[in-house]
Amino acid sequence: MFFAGFGGQGIMLAGQMVAQAAILEGKATTFFPSYGPEMRGGTANCTVIVSDKPISSPLIHEADCVMAMNAPSMLKFEPALKSGGLLLLNESLIHQEPKRGDITVCKIAANDLALGLGNARAANMIMLGAFVRASGIISEKTMTQVISDTFGKKKPELAELNLKAFQITA
Amino acid sequence: MSTTYQESPSRVLMKGNEAFAESAIRGGCRYYFGYPITPQNEIPEYMSRELPKNGGHFIQAESEISAINMAYGAGAAGGRVFISSSSPGIALMQEGMSFACCAEVPMVILTVCRCGPGIGGIQPGQADYFQATRGGGNGDYKIPVFAPSSIQEGSDLVFEAMELADKWRNPIIIFTDGLLGQMMEPVTLPEHIDVASSKDIRKSKAWALTGYGADDSSRNTITSLRLQPEVLEKHVHHLFDKYTEIEKTLTRAETIGIEDCDVVLVAYGIVARITKEAIEMLARDGIKAGLIRPISLWPFPHSVFDKISNKAKAVISTELSMGQMIEDVRLAVANRLPVRLLSRTGGMIPTSLEIAERTKKILATM
Repeated sequence: MFFAGFGGQGIMLAGQMVAQAAILEGKATTFFPSYGPEMRGGTANCTVIVSDKPISSPLIHEADCVMAMNAPSMLKFEPALKSGGLLLLNESLIHQEPKRGDITVCKIAANDLALGLGNARAANMIMLGAFVRASGIISEKTMTQVISDTFGKKKPELAELNLKAFQITA
Repeated sequence: MSTTYQESPSRVLMKGNEAFAESAIRGGCRYYFGYPITPQNEIPEYMSRELPKNGGHFIQAESEISAINMAYGAGAAGGRVFISSSSPGIALMQEGMSFACCAEVPMVILTVCRCGPGIGGIQPGQADYFQATRGGGNGDYKIPVFAPSSIQEGSDLVFEAMELADKWRNPIIIFTDGLLGQMMEPVTLPEHIDVASSKDIRKSKAWALTGYGADDSSRNTITSLRLQPEVLEKHVHHLFDKYTEIEKTLTRAETIGIEDCDVVLVAYGIVARITKEAIEMLARDGIKAGLIRPISLWPFPHSVFDKISNKAKAVISTELSMGQMIEDVRLAVANRLPVRLLSRTGGMIPTSLEIAERTKKILATM
């Protein structure tokens, strides 16, 4: 899977949470972030693998799933999808159509929905919810637990907001 | 592998750099000296936060030259020292490594290799194979170099190296790269070992500079200077007796299917993982490819190459450099089989598909 967007959208966190959920489900997993002179607003992406068997390469040349939080991310990673793969796109920021006809496209107005919840920063959890339900790679129950563990320790109200965001596309 | 595959429940998701730092602490590191450089910055950050909590000391040095000389001092005093840097920073440390080898001061040095030459770039590379295995310090010296290919293996090796450095009174290098340092995967961390208190250091390290009080007769000396040729020659021979023992006990490699194969791929570190996947792809196309993964880069696992099938058409050194390990591969193969290079550099990393395709192309020319 490729998770991609601009710095500050919570792409890395979403990817790490999928890897954490994979651990809880007893699966093998790797997470590799793009790194470099990164900044808020610059491009960011990560590669996440979840597998039922040990993982050799942490890099992939074709993806089962792409989560694109902005238009440049869709342009970059749509071609990397397998035929029949899943493209989740944030239609609040992506105003063009994907080119391919051999993939499943799932459009979520993540920023608009997040603003409706009162916090634009919850857009990543909205996309994560759609990802979990559309892909079935991780169970909703496990991801709910990961969200509670990630946010609940510091601020219970943040866990509540993020769980609400996670459930919004249910 | 069946779908009932389950990993250990004690695993935690950690970034490579952080897992290596934590394993150093658990292996007894109480002294860390460093200067920031990408892609290993999480290590000084982690150490500055976690080492004081474990009774250790973190100092940000003003340069890598300073950092390794601080390590030299703390190691000479019997402390357990772990330092880290990346390619150009390691270049600055090379003089200190030669001194530490000559003076037999233990320390563990982690390099999270990026790409060069020069300041180069910050993406993963393996073009510092010569830097690690040959070194740029002066004189006859050797440093054992271990190259993990997963965060788990790296964590285990850092932990073990803390002990090995003391045992052999020599620096040990752990050679990783930006990909392994930056990626996250599940790891089971080792248990903390008991660390000797400053008072007890002399019991385990009789040679250490722990102070002699009023009794000048028990004074220890640690030096890398020997001006009399006959004394220095004897000392260098002593070092090389030690290196011979190290070659016997620390040579490590993983092999897959080299006794019956069409081609052997040689790869270490992160590239070995990608190569393993390429080997599975080649198998689906009816090509039997074997793997030699050197875990110790020095001592290089030469003898493993004797087991390569006679029907193998080529041995391919697969590395993120313009061909450095290939020199050791050629020595090990000793003209028995053709040796070829499969390389990317500059921070580019081949996918498993690319390695498989390029292996096929090489085989087509054989």
